[in-house]
Amino acid sequence: MTVLPDSLGQPDSPGEPEVPGTPLLRTDSLTRHFKIGNALTRRTLHAVDEVSLSVGNREIVALAGESGSGKSTIARLLAKVYKPTSGEIYFEGKPISSISSRSDQLRYSGLAPMVFQDPFASINPVFRVSHGVLRSVKLHRPELSSRQRYEEALRVFDVVGLTPAADVLQRYPHELSGGQRQRVGFAQALAMRPKLIIADEPVSMLDVSIRIGLLNLMTKLRDEEGVSILYITHDLASARYVADRLVIMYAARLAESGPMEEVLTRPKHPYTQLLLSAVPDPRAPLGVGAETDRGEPPKVIDPTPGCRFRWRCPLAIEVCHTVTPQMEPIGPAHEVACHVAQSGAEVKAF
Amino acid sequence: MSSRAEPQPVTAEHALRIGGKLRRLRGGQASAAQDTPIDIAPPPPAGSVLDVRDLSVEYLLESGVVRAVDQVSFSLRAGEFLAVVGESGCGKSTLLFAVAQLLSPPAEITGGTVVFRGRNMVGMTDSALTAIRWKDFSVVMQSAMNALNPVKSIGAQFRDAMRAHGTTSKAEIAARSAEVMRMVGIDPVHLSSYPHQLSGGMRQRSMIAMALLFTPELVIMDEPTSALDVVAQRSLMVQIKELQEQFGFAVIFVTHDMSLVSHFSEHLMVMYAGQVAERGPTRQVFDSPAHPYTIGLMDAFPSIREERRALKGIPGRPPDLARLPHGCRFAPRCPKVMQRCKEEPPELYQLGSIDVRCFLYDPAAPADQGSAP
Repeated sequence: MTVLPDSLGQPDSPGEPEVPGTPLLRTDSLTRHFKIGNALTRRTLHAVDEVSLSVGNREIVALAGESGSGKSTIARLLAKVYKPTSGEIYFEGKPISSISSRSDQLRYSGLAPMVFQDPFASINPVFRVSHGVLRSVKLHRPELSSRQRYEEALRVFDVVGLTPAADVLQRYPHELSGGQRQRVGFAQALAMRPKLIIADEPVSMLDVSIRIGLLNLMTKLRDEEGVSILYITHDLASARYVADRLVIMYAARLAESGPMEEVLTRPKHPYTQLLLSAVPDPRAPLGVGAETDRGEPPKVIDPTPGCRFRWRCPLAIEVCHTVTPQMEPIGPAHEVACHVAQSGAEVKAF
Repeated sequence: MSSRAEPQPVTAEHALRIGGKLRRLRGGQASAAQDTPIDIAPPPPAGSVLDVRDLSVEYLLESGVVRAVDQVSFSLRAGEFLAVVGESGCGKSTLLFAVAQLLSPPAEITGGTVVFRGRNMVGMTDSALTAIRWKDFSVVMQSAMNALNPVKSIGAQFRDAMRAHGTTSKAEIAARSAEVMRMVGIDPVHLSSYPHQLSGGMRQRSMIAMALLFTPELVIMDEPTSALDVVAQRSLMVQIKELQEQFGFAVIFVTHDMSLVSHFSEHLMVMYAGQVAERGPTRQVFDSPAHPYTIGLMDAFPSIREERRALKGIPGRPPDLARLPHGCRFAPRCPKVMQRCKEEPPELYQLGSIDVRCFLYDPAAPADQGSAP
């Protein structure tokens, strides 16, 4: 039933007339700061700093990092919940800050809908599940008649595996399991005919035995519906299972990005290596790793220049304390923000 | 994969009320118990610290009786690490609350014994329990964010627990509090911090520090790492293991994440729908899982290092405990289901050092029904 994700991604989607070289989504030095404290203790929390990433057509990009690293802030910036402090988001080559009319706004949110982490809180409990999906079709595709809307709802429920669709549509959220509710979330997104689904930790609240089903659904949406997905997660194993590319965030900045298998087999950033070493693997031989990092993630309040990982990094050199490393190419499509790796030295931190 | 939407099953968590229980557990009402002798029977030499026999817990609901834990038995020796894994609603948290005698209505222990250091805790009076709770066994709750009192500093909460058990000297309390904080790798200055000032990892660590204020023989942990990311999770697990080796307490560790405990526990117990599905030495269960449910669970984790391959997970979902299937409870989801599985419930069969509840391993089964695959 499952098609395994192709690690290198599809080169081009046939049929769709796209300007070559224009990624579906691109952020350019995206930055979001929050003011905290009162007038006397005014400080700035850097949630997202100079993040430039892209998502191509029919591509699943995993955005991974620990809690507090800014992943969800990026999702909210993409969904226009927050306005960027600086930087820009380009969708199909057009800056989204230029969206002003309600119809353009609707069009954008229909093309790039979001699926949330908590399937128990993100569906209105007092309506049947058909309500949400029919409403999103009505709002985003007003040209459809009510008959067509219902047929579209049946179709998307079928696609996400909620069968028999006609039966499930009549149910209330509390009658569905967590996995089924999360499928409803994907169905609602899919009903808008999206090009990109922003999925913020969509499986982290589900039981292990049903997570795989949702991950398989994501690859199916890419392969059969041609949807791109920005998969936000802290779980590298599931990221590897579904995604074509991996982007690692640390303390509001990008640390490393590249094709999934390339980054996992040749991680260049010490933080990526730390993350990889921490993934529990029951199939790995017995034995507790010798080196274990006990550092805490930094609070990015009024950060000073320099690499934000330097306090936890066993390889930190002098320049790391004074100059913030920028993302630089280090291999084919592989970028890293680490002075040591950029100098060409072998990085083996964890 | 999920086909029919069925009504939401009654899960064990519904009736748990953690807040009030925890207060009681930490010894909020300990006064009466101070002069009761704590040790009546000495721990049996080289024997078990905890011995649970045929423990059953039922929820007495308006809609009927729901058996959330069904005749579970296990025993734990000093310094052992037992992991209990299963999906949500399989009864693992209820089991843990029953062992700690923390159930509140409508949940009730309806059968079996929990023998801790030679004394049966089922039916023990509150004052007798208060004397041993936290002092001899402690509980680390799932969410330290909610288990810690938000309006009291960490140090004040430590002080409460110690005073409740008769330690009144300020110097002694301060010294011990600082000591346990150092044990879990937190600077003792954080004793004056409030929970919201600490990161998730530090909050969980301070919960563990609180659990070690006395020198318990048993620490019960309910998913203590589930709110943490992988790096913090791993470092906390390593730390728990080190502390355990240092102080020799036994651990019951409840989790839904099987891969997490693979390197840390000696014994593994897989629960399904309130029953033990499989139990045995962790490594053996991981190397050759016997029960189709365990095999399914093992197959639900994508690997980070092995070759990428398609996984299926386990189709369907756990049964509603109020409407259990007639035969094997896993039969509706089982890829190896046989006619017999739908007709009668399987018992726990012994398979080497593993116990497994599956007819595939019934030694008395007719040969044509298939023995071990």
